[in-house]
Amino acid sequence: MTQITRDHSPTDNLSRQNDRGLLAWLIGRQAFWVFVAAVLACLALSLMSDRFATGQNLFNVTRNFAFVGIIALGMTVVIITGGIDLSVGSVVVMSAMVTAVLMESGQPVLVGLAGAIAVSLLIGAINGVLVASLGMPPFVVTLGMLSVARSLAMVLSNNKMIFEFGPDHSLLLALGGGSLAGIPNPLIVLVVLALITWFALTWTRWGRRLYAIGGNEHAAILTGVPVKAIKISAYMFCSLCAGLTGFLETGWLGSVTTNLGQGMELAVIAAAVIGGAHLAGGIGSAFGAVVGAMLIEVIRNSLILLGISSFWQGAFVGSFIVIAVAFDRFRRHSNSE
Amino acid sequence: MAVLELRNVSKHFGAIEALNDVSLSIEPGEVVGLVGDNGAGKSTLVKIIAGNFPPSSGELHVSGELTQLHNPADARAKGIEIVYQDLALANNLSAAGNIFLGREKTIGVGPFRILDYQGMYKRAGELFAELKSETRPRDLVSQMSGGQRQAVAIARTRLSDPRIVLMDEPTAAISVRQVAEVLNLIRRLQSRAIAVVLISHRMPDIFAVTDRLVVLRRGRKVADKRVAESSPEEVTGLITGAIEQA
Ligand SMILES: Nc1ncnc2c1ncn2[C@@H]1O[C@H](COP(=O)(O)OP(=O)(O)OP(=O)(O)O)[C@@H](O)[C@H]1O
Ligand SMILES: [Mg+2]
Repeated sequence: MTQITRDHSPTDNLSRQNDRGLLAWLIGRQAFWVFVAAVLACLALSLMSDRFATGQNLFNVTRNFAFVGIIALGMTVVIITGGIDLSVGSVVVMSAMVTAVLMESGQPVLVGLAGAIAVSLLIGAINGVLVASLGMPPFVVTLGMLSVARSLAMVLSNNKMIFEFGPDHSLLLALGGGSLAGIPNPLIVLVVLALITWFALTWTRWGRRLYAIGGNEHAAILTGVPVKAIKISAYMFCSLCAGLTGFLETGWLGSVTTNLGQGMELAVIAAAVIGGAHLAGGIGSAFGAVVGAMLIEVIRNSLILLGISSFWQGAFVGSFIVIAVAFDRFRRHSNSE
Repeated sequence: MAVLELRNVSKHFGAIEALNDVSLSIEPGEVVGLVGDNGAGKSTLVKIIAGNFPPSSGELHVSGELTQLHNPADARAKGIEIVYQDLALANNLSAAGNIFLGREKTIGVGPFRILDYQGMYKRAGELFAELKSETRPRDLVSQMSGGQRQAVAIARTRLSDPRIVLMDEPTAAISVRQVAEVLNLIRRLQSRAIAVVLISHRMPDIFAVTDRLVVLRRGRKVADKRVAESSPEEVTGLITGAIEQA
């Protein structure tokens, strides 16, 4: 027996670790292919329509994609834990409305921002506690919150449009609608948030434990991971992303109505899933969320530019979710054989 | 002094009496075999010692101190390490990721810390080498054989310097050669005064490494005796109930 077991030194074990190259690694990633698809779609569009590659259109596309992308980062974090957050669209309108009401009453823009952040964190905490501490299904909890938060936004504004933002009016509009060196501000926020999310997911204990919870929640509990606290923080992070989006969209649109962000959860979930996040939990990345959002926005823009009725958008986004999940199923099935 | 002592521990799940008035004392460096039929209460006992749930009644003493374990992290802090029957592994993480789950190595200053991947891979590699396992630290657990998965779960207990290691059927899914390695590992733990509780349905394993045998039947302790004074036939009789008590 000793004879059989002696032939493996520790160096043996370590030297065999990474024989796959960077290219092989890239090819194995769904997010990489989505990125390629998005680039190809852009190329095709600029050939098919002379309006795509214009500065104004690109500016619009990147800004729209930034809003979906920012929330998709948060959604990806929740999906990694094996959860889902359907309430993001309502968090967008709720935080936008809080910002609008505060600023309309004469508060400075910083107070408006703080209000948006506070209300979104609160909503996220409620979602998280109901899911993690009371063990309720995320689908049910956040579906309920979708309805509650939008309704509260209506109550708060008396269902009126707000377009006067007090003394800091122009500052708010500049923050959400302006740009820095030709790059729309929301896109800058997206890039910064994506880097933070990537860093947190890859290089911190928090990130590592999110994946562990999604992979095997029971094991995470048994090994002493504070599962409840981490799940709650995931929902709070997702909500915060939606809250920031609500604030930025207020500045971009210059007005808030109670249908802001309606149905946005679908585009956001589609972006996360297309970017490689598994609804079953345990898998997903910040890069994936961003490229998923990019592909969705490019497709949506192409429908407009190619003169296809906007009524088709929902059909496309919805089928995208289903196709992305089916694609993944298929791939995993063929892998396991 | 006993490293671990259970006094009159009972546990019921609703109407099910999983454990009934079990007392047990384990000395440092002692290897205790815990045997019993399916559903006898072995895993329940392990989970109480691991801090997964509290006993319905009874006391737990760790190194002579009355202790209440509120969660698995408590138990770890007291030097109790577990190999769970279902292994408790996250399939989407690497071998090293699983070994360090819940106590990831980090580098940095103060609150600014990042994961120390190199350090974790290196330490995991050393642990696998020690176990004579061919498991590679960077491999995903989802792609591993039953034996490799078992090696990951066992390697996890070697991270800290535990006082007692509980193994719930650590040899159930592995090859003959790896069984021998696990048994060797148990002997090495013993030589360093670490107590081991081994749960197994395999009589040869129990008789090969344990000093003492505890038999559970339907939640009750029906025997607690030195292995040298028993035989596989007697133990089988005790497990099935052919022998009432010993
Ligand atoms: N969480 C639980 N809820 C309800 N009943 C439980 C729970 N855990 C265990 N039981 C019951 O307690 C009894 C003892 O189970 P336990 O898992 O301790 O048995 P075991 O000796 O480990 O069996 P095996 O050899 O099959 O692993 C069984 O009747 C089981 O159904
Ligand atoms: Mg068991």
